[in-house]
Amino acid sequence: MSVRLDEGDERYSGLGDETVLAQLRAGDESAFLWLVDRYAPAMHKIARAYVRDDATAEDVVQEAWLGVLRGLAAFEGRSSLRGWIFTIVVNRAKTRGVREARSVPFSALARDESERDDPSVAADRFAGPGEEWPRHWRAEPESWGDRPEERLMRRELRERIDAAIDALPPAQRTVVLLRDIAGQPTAEVCNVLELSETNARVLLHRARAKIRRSLDPYLTGGSAV
Amino acid sequence: MMADLDCIDLVELTTDYFEGRLSPDNAARLEAHLTECDGCTEFVRQMHVTQDALGRIDAEVVPAAGRERLLAAFRAWKAGS
Ligand SMILES: [Zn+2]
Repeated sequence: MSVRLDEGDERYSGLGDETVLAQLRAGDESAFLWLVDRYAPAMHKIARAYVRDDATAEDVVQEAWLGVLRGLAAFEGRSSLRGWIFTIVVNRAKTRGVREARSVPFSALARDESERDDPSVAADRFAGPGEEWPRHWRAEPESWGDRPEERLMRRELRERIDAAIDALPPAQRTVVLLRDIAGQPTAEVCNVLELSETNARVLLHRARAKIRRSLDPYLTGGSAV
Repeated sequence: MMADLDCIDLVELTTDYFEGRLSPDNAARLEAHLTECDGCTEFVRQMHVTQDALGRIDAEVVPAAGRERLLAAFRAWKAGS
């Protein structure tokens, strides 16, 4: 069972943070629900990277929203509203994750995932040492055709992106959620996750490459979409 | 003396490239490679499209129960503030 955005709520999409904030502070319920619909799913995924089950992640998201409401009066807009909300959920999730004594800490996951050999493209797509053009494409990527960005926003492909994110190893998933989905600056991602920039970029690259690969069959050949 | 930058290397550098973290030498080598390699050009485009799509997808669906609880919390906040 799910709730879709109401038609009328589209009106918030083009508004700046200040306007949305003013409406929230004035107690506008539809502005609040618009914010929830927009950010809660990504918040749930972020939380899920720290805690062991969906129910706990849902609690973290709820707690984070309470934190948002408590902080609303004092929020000064030094970061974006979106960035602020995601930072709150990360902090709540971290606290809860630590309290639950997660068996593998994030830094260990991150180290393991970035040190592991994990090529962006399957090795057999490149020519081997004995061939005419070693280390060059043996089979070039097939074109994604015209306007793949538009086809990607269709529901079926958004669901593929979602599934691809869910299938990522946990550290890669968290980094891509914070950096690309939540739009946090790299420095902030490194700060909240306690990662070096180099490490974060390796994880980010691996995540994006896996997502690209999983979308590939749906965007080539024309028949899949 | 610049070492070779082959397709198999280039596919690992796109994120560093997009984030402006390649050295000027490496960025120049990557760009030179792209001028003569259709395969890598398509790969870079696909990575760009992927990243762009990730930046644009937002909410899919929020469970109705969670939404109701949050709305109740918002009303409580409004009443108390
Ligand atoms: Zn190439």
